[in-house]
Amino acid sequence: MHELSVVHGIIETVRESLEAAQGKKVIATYLRVGALSGVVKDALLFSFDLATQDTPLEGSSLVVEELPIVIFCKECDRTVELPGVQTFRCPVCQTPSADIRQGKELEIRSIEIEV
Amino acid sequence: MAVMTTRVVEVRKNVLNKNDELAREMRKTFESAGVFVLNLVSSPGTGKTMLLEKTLAELRRRGSRVAALVGDLETDNDAKRLAQSGAPVRQIKTDGRCHLEATMIRSHLEGWALDELDFLFVENVGNLVCPAGYDLGEAVRVALLSVTEGEDKPLKYPTMFNSADAAVITKMDLAEACEYDRETALRNIREIRPSIEIIELSAKLGSGMDAWLSFLEDKRKRAGLR
Repeated sequence: MHELSVVHGIIETVRESLEAAQGKKVIATYLRVGALSGVVKDALLFSFDLATQDTPLEGSSLVVEELPIVIFCKECDRTVELPGVQTFRCPVCQTPSADIRQGKELEIRSIEIEV
Repeated sequence: MAVMTTRVVEVRKNVLNKNDELAREMRKTFESAGVFVLNLVSSPGTGKTMLLEKTLAELRRRGSRVAALVGDLETDNDAKRLAQSGAPVRQIKTDGRCHLEATMIRSHLEGWALDELDFLFVENVGNLVCPAGYDLGEAVRVALLSVTEGEDKPLKYPTMFNSADAAVITKMDLAEACEYDRETALRNIREIRPSIEIIELSAKLGSGMDAWLSFLEDKRKRAGLR
């Protein structure tokens, strides 16, 4: 469980972006979380409410967009979405693939701020 | 009454970007110094320290210059154990944190001449979850799995096994007693990380150690380090 340190990272980056945009306070943070990012959405949300107290993010919301794993299948010559994280085979042709195109994201896409 | 004006600002930044940037910088430093860095990850009790004890001693005997950093929440017991090999060893105490970060590696390397090393081993905190997301600037990440842990561990912790470049099965001397199902274990690892290299060994008895040491020397050579 390292969601709390992840949340500290979010707060730091959001603070910088808020200052750069000369905003007053943060209303929402939009986060993209891949299935292979190693963080759990519920734990993030729980840590977020605690860690944002007395920061410009206090009372703001964290909006998490969960992203499935996408691999590139050489056999099918295209990217395919995986239904879970238990196997890294193309769901169409069953060929294993280590070529991951999506799923490791832990990215702040945008913030909504009051100006 | 004032009307609240809001706007959306694009950020598009990785949450761990400070760690990632530092790790990238350190990777370049390691490469130009000619030191091959490995990040060893596993559950607590898989045998990382035991494997490292033997590895440091053997590599030194074979003429390589080696050092190790070892991460734990508390105590410097592991560093003391590893220092018996004669190699430079430093303990990183994380004060409760569940993983190592690039900045901890950098601060603990101060004073060491990296260009006088061939291998640097980083023994991560025993944890199959959190260390997965933290790049330490390593050339190779090795995930360890012992025969006592259960063959389905790679399926339970896919993020870690997927992030590894190689896997080591430890405690092979206990395989029979634990009714270790080799075929299932290897299949599960490859289900999560197709085409990964897997080395099976017993650090205690020495079986498989030659393959492991050759793997290390070969990987280092292939990385183009002098």
